[in-house]
Parts: sequence; structure tokens; C-alpha cells
Amino acid sequence: MTFINLMAREINCKIVYYGPGLCGKTTNLQFIFDKTKPTSRGKMVSLATETDRTLFFDFLPLELGEIRGFKTRFHLYTVPGQVFYDASRKLILKGIDGAVFVADSQIARADANEESLDNLRVNLAEYGLSLDKIPYVIQYNKRDLPSVMSVEELRASLNPDGVPEFEAVASDGTGVFETLKAVARLVFLELKKSGA
Amino acid sequence: MVNPHTVMYEAELNRIQTSVSALVQAANAKCVFVVDKNGQFIASSGEVENMDATSLASLTAGNIAATGGMAKLLRENEFTTQFHEGKNAHIYIQLVGNRVILVVIFDAKSSLGLVRLRVRKTSDELVEIFEQMAKKSAEPGGGSAFAEITDEDIDNLFND
Ligand SMILES: Nc1nc2c(ncn2[C@@H]2O[C@H](COP(=O)(O)OP(=O)(O)OP(=O)(O)O)[C@@H](O)[C@H]2O)c(=O)[nH]1
Ligand SMILES: [Mg+2]
Repeated sequence: MTFINLMAREINCKIVYYGPGLCGKTTNLQFIFDKTKPTSRGKMVSLATETDRTLFFDFLPLELGEIRGFKTRFHLYTVPGQVFYDASRKLILKGIDGAVFVADSQIARADANEESLDNLRVNLAEYGLSLDKIPYVIQYNKRDLPSVMSVEELRASLNPDGVPEFEAVASDGTGVFETLKAVARLVFLELKKSGA
Repeated sequence: MVNPHTVMYEAELNRIQTSVSALVQAANAKCVFVVDKNGQFIASSGEVENMDATSLASLTAGNIAATGGMAKLLRENEFTTQFHEGKNAHIYIQLVGNRVILVVIFDAKSSLGLVRLRVRKTSDELVEIFEQMAKKSAEPGGGSAFAEITDEDIDNLFND
């Protein structure tokens, strides 16, 4: 649901980072926040538990520059990955323009990734949406850790359709902006296609 | 098209602005915000210089979404109003036409009764304006500038 303000000449898009608990969604946003000029971003709002687990969402507003005379604003959200927060996850998908699925590359998290991706599909369906219809990219995070799956294994289980995919180490920023740019590009292509 | 866009037109935005400015006066409020249910800021009036409107919009929408979720559990349709009382500032939140959210921030110069009374009229005005806007939005060619977006335009966005 791209939000176009013809008076202020602004386009606003909502991107949601999804994935299992502790996969690194908040870390992605934190890195983007840290590396973006203060003039191009607003405050990062994190509704988190005392142990820094996302409780409801993280929110980061970004300004990317102009396109065809319109200011482009991206609102980045993360969902809480822990399984029992499903009701909250569903709410955050409302009005989504693009999705990033952050997978945890560790072998031990193989099932958690698949469950979370299934959960994303189910929750999108509640809004009449599906992953093959909306701008969507996937990030294989935590590539720096010792016992990780190969990218081929991750692809086979999580990305059979071959959407744009990126290896990342969100804690040092590797792959973070590549992922964001890729989903932003798809959102604009969608906007173009719909001839809004 | 899976995901229709919301297009805000100048004429209606001006009417919204007039309506919320009038509400600030009539309710003796510090400031008033209009926010879309998905967390997008639409308009504001009053003492807004020190307010982070973007964060406020996103948190208000999250709040309404969470309350809406609770309503569903109770098989209620929606809880349409919320009031949070602080020491100095109070906040009154009204869901309007199940589409937008009206946020009124006020202090001891006003009262809950007055705010509630004045919000009613503004809600009716906003319902009418947003219906008008939704009709316009549904017509083709809302913001046809984007049909011509090139790959180059997109690349340029990230070149700094
Ligand atoms: N080694 C390593 N650690 C990472 C990486 N990305 C994130 N982490 C760490 O993993 C932990 C969890 O990261 P978060 O970003 O909070 O995870 P999350 O996905 O937001 O988790 P929830 O909020 O519970 O859904 C933190 O301690 C991060 O520092 C990475 O690429 N490599
Ligand atoms: Mg988190």
C-alpha cells in the first residue's frame, strides 16, 4: 500500500523484515540507522523486552532521495521473531509494500527458518497477499559463524523460486545495504508496473 | 494490482488541514495529528515543532492495531477511542471511519469532555473527506509519474 502524497510530493513505502527469533532483524535496522546521515533518517523506535528481544516492532524511517520529483520515504519495520508473538507479527504486515526474509544460517536454526517462512506465507494470506506477488528478497545472515549451512542448502530449503538473495553478517554490516537496495528496487518496479 | 496505493490529493489535504486546525482551537488542544492506519503521517496542527510526528504516527498505528487485535478476541468490532492520562499531557485517540486515526494532545487548559465533544464533529468531517479521496484514488492515473520510472532513476537513489 504505497502512500503517495501529491501535495508534499512524497512516496512512502513500508518494508517489513521477517524471520525467526534472533536471526538478526533488529541488527539489520540498527546498522542502517548507524550508517545513515541523521538528515536522511528519523529516530529508530524499538519496542523491546528488557533482554533486547523485539516485543512488538522496531521502526526506522529513511529518506532515500528523489525520484521523478517525489521524495521517497521508506518505513522499515521488524517483527518479533519469537514464535508466541504471532498475533503481533500479523498486525505489522498490514499495509506492507515489500518483505525481507532474514534467515539464520546456523544448522541448528534450519527448522526455525522454515517455520518462520511458512508463518510469513500464512500471515500474508490473511491480507490476501503472497510472496510471489509482492516485492520480496531473502538474506542469509550470520555467515561468519562456524556451523552454518551452505548457501546451496539454504537456497534449496528457503528459496526454491530464486528471488534475489544475499549473504550477510548483519553484526558488521556485510550485505545489509545490498539487501535493502534490492527490496527497494523491487518496490519501485512494482510501483512502475502498477502505473500508480 | 495486489496492493492498491493510497493517493493523497492537494484539495482534500487542504480540507483536512482546515478541519484539524479548527479542532485545535475548538478543543483548546496543544496539537492534533491525523495518521493513517498503516502508520503514515497525514496532517497536524498546533504546537507540533517539538513532536516527532513520524514516530508518533507509527506508534499510534501500532497501538490501534494492537487494540483492534484485542477487540477481535472479544468479538468486538473495534475499540474506537482511547484515552491516556499523563501528569501534564493527555492523549485522546479516535479511530475515524475505520480508516484514519485522529490524535489529540491536550493539557489542563482543556478537558476530556470538551475534547470528546469537539472530536465528534471533526470525525464526521474527516469521514466525508476521506470517502471523497478514496473515490479519487480509485480513478486511473492517480500519480502516473511513476509509470516512467527507469532503472537509472532507481540507481540514482542510492548514489550517495
Ligand atoms: N555472529 C553474528 N551475530 C549476529 C549477526 N547478526 C546478528 N547477530 C547477533 O544475534 C543476536 C540477535 O540479533 P537481533 O537482531 O536482536 O535478532 P532479531 O531477529 O531481531 O530477534 P527477535 O527480536 O527476537 O526476533 C544479537 O546478539 C546480534 O548481535 C551476524 O551476522 N553474526
Ligand atoms: Mg528484534
